[in-house]
Amino acid sequence: MRRRQPGVGMSDAVSANGRTPMVRAEGVCKYFGALQVLKGITLEVKRGEVMCLIGPSGSGKSTFLRCINHLEQLSAGRLYVDGALVGYHLRGGKLHEMAPRDAARQRRDIGMVFQRFNLFPHKTAIQNVLEAPMLVKRQKRDEATARARQLLDRVGLADKAHAYPAQLSGGQQQRVAIARALAMDPKLMLFDEPTSALDPELVGEVLDVMRQLAQDGMTMIVVTHEMGFAREVADSLVFMDAGVVVESGVPREVLAAPQHERTKAFLSKVL
Amino acid sequence: MAAKDELRAGRASDSQPELISAVPLRRPGRWIAAALVIVLLGLFVYGAATNSAYDWSAVGKYLFDVRVEQAALITLLLTAYAMFFAIILGIVLAVMRLSPNPVLRSVSWLFLWLFRGTPVYVQLVFWGLIATIYKHIDLGVPFVHQVAHIQTSRFFTYFWLAVIGLTLNESAYMAEIVRAGISSVDEGQQEAATALGMSWSQTMRRIVLPQAMRVIIPPTGNELISMLKTTSLVTAVPYSYELYSRTRDLAIETFNPIPMLIVASAWYLLFTSLLMIGQHYLEKYFARGASRTMSNRQLQALADAQTTTGGGHV
Repeated sequence: MRRRQPGVGMSDAVSANGRTPMVRAEGVCKYFGALQVLKGITLEVKRGEVMCLIGPSGSGKSTFLRCINHLEQLSAGRLYVDGALVGYHLRGGKLHEMAPRDAARQRRDIGMVFQRFNLFPHKTAIQNVLEAPMLVKRQKRDEATARARQLLDRVGLADKAHAYPAQLSGGQQQRVAIARALAMDPKLMLFDEPTSALDPELVGEVLDVMRQLAQDGMTMIVVTHEMGFAREVADSLVFMDAGVVVESGVPREVLAAPQHERTKAFLSKVL
Repeated sequence: MAAKDELRAGRASDSQPELISAVPLRRPGRWIAAALVIVLLGLFVYGAATNSAYDWSAVGKYLFDVRVEQAALITLLLTAYAMFFAIILGIVLAVMRLSPNPVLRSVSWLFLWLFRGTPVYVQLVFWGLIATIYKHIDLGVPFVHQVAHIQTSRFFTYFWLAVIGLTLNESAYMAEIVRAGISSVDEGQQEAATALGMSWSQTMRRIVLPQAMRVIIPPTGNELISMLKTTSLVTAVPYSYELYSRTRDLAIETFNPIPMLIVASAWYLLFTSLLMIGQHYLEKYFARGASRTMSNRQLQALADAQTTTGGGHV
């Protein structure tokens, strides 16, 4: 059972009515030099929704994800997270580039989990989780430590708190990375192929944590090749190819009866 | 039937095979080589002890001479000042070289090109002549307003000219070391820190630089040791109160140069040995988390866990 209580804990008036979607993309385009990677992505992610992004590599899924927390600057279109424009201020009908400080403030509310974990190797598991809340949110050490322990316990790694990342398996590292992202109390979690760098027998433990997170009502966008996870956990499925959204809908329906040729071709290879 | 049972029983009784205790391989080559080297070393020590040219009594007399001790202190001061400023300037130059601003990048490159491309001895001679090149220095808005007027030859002592000369030369090398260190840190680290809402300076301070240190520390230790010895070149400025110049002057006074060289070498060796010890501990500190290898304590904890669950070989 998914808890769906939009706006709980949200302070500003716009989000409290529950109608503002968590993420809203309007014609998002991204160029790297002359290469256009995103060609007008328009979609919405509601509060508490889990959206899976699938598609062949190079289709722009990861780039789109990275645009959402402004790790990449979009070239055209608009992106809103919780009603706020990402990366720009709108003043007098003109867009102004956001100062790094403001962009950092926006990113605090958006957790991100990377394909290659990117844990801080010089810090133990619990130090990885502690770092951002203490540094960015100025939490007290005791408070942050208690919360970090709780989060490590939640991902099943309470006994590994003092291990360095190099001493953990891939699956354990990724679970620490999830705990690290959750420590900032994000309202949105982005997962960039979280299980692609894992040995097959370790994929399950990470997906279990994500499934639990979804059940707790977290809004999640997951770039993945795990079709089983998409079918069981996601509320919506988006198939991207060559920088456009080809098809989207309820996962079960899209996976069982894809409408487009490109979706069919892709699914026939991965299912 | 019986044989089978025996076999089964035998397996059950000692479930683990015995640890191997084989006769070690003999290695006569090693013994011969070691003996040869020890004999040669012994001959050298004997020769050094009996050769009157070394004049060991003079070495003993001057080793803790006040003038020599003062000179040793000055050598340390020169090294510390020059290295301290060189590290700061080196970090600035490295950040400039990694900056997106093309002007900063080019100026940093130009600095490196100039100060790495010319011998430090030549640079030190130049600094000694600075008062001839720039007779005075005016501070203020150029061509408009003058705040201060400094006569160069009075303002800069040879000691500080030596520090400046060593600093500028060394900072060029430090810049490259720091840049290599920063570049060695995986891009994903900066990305992860950024995604957590850290600012650029927080990311640098807490995430990138501590990891870069692992790459920066060993060559910096080498540079420090090298700097300690390079101070002997400041005689080019000319500054003559550090260890080498001072012992050389004493040698001229006493007409006995060889023991004074040994005195200077002994002090240099003492300092470099201390620096090497310090470097060892610094490297150990910054290598934490860099290896999968567990400490003996961690391995012991795992072994204990294994025996209590009964799975392991005791």
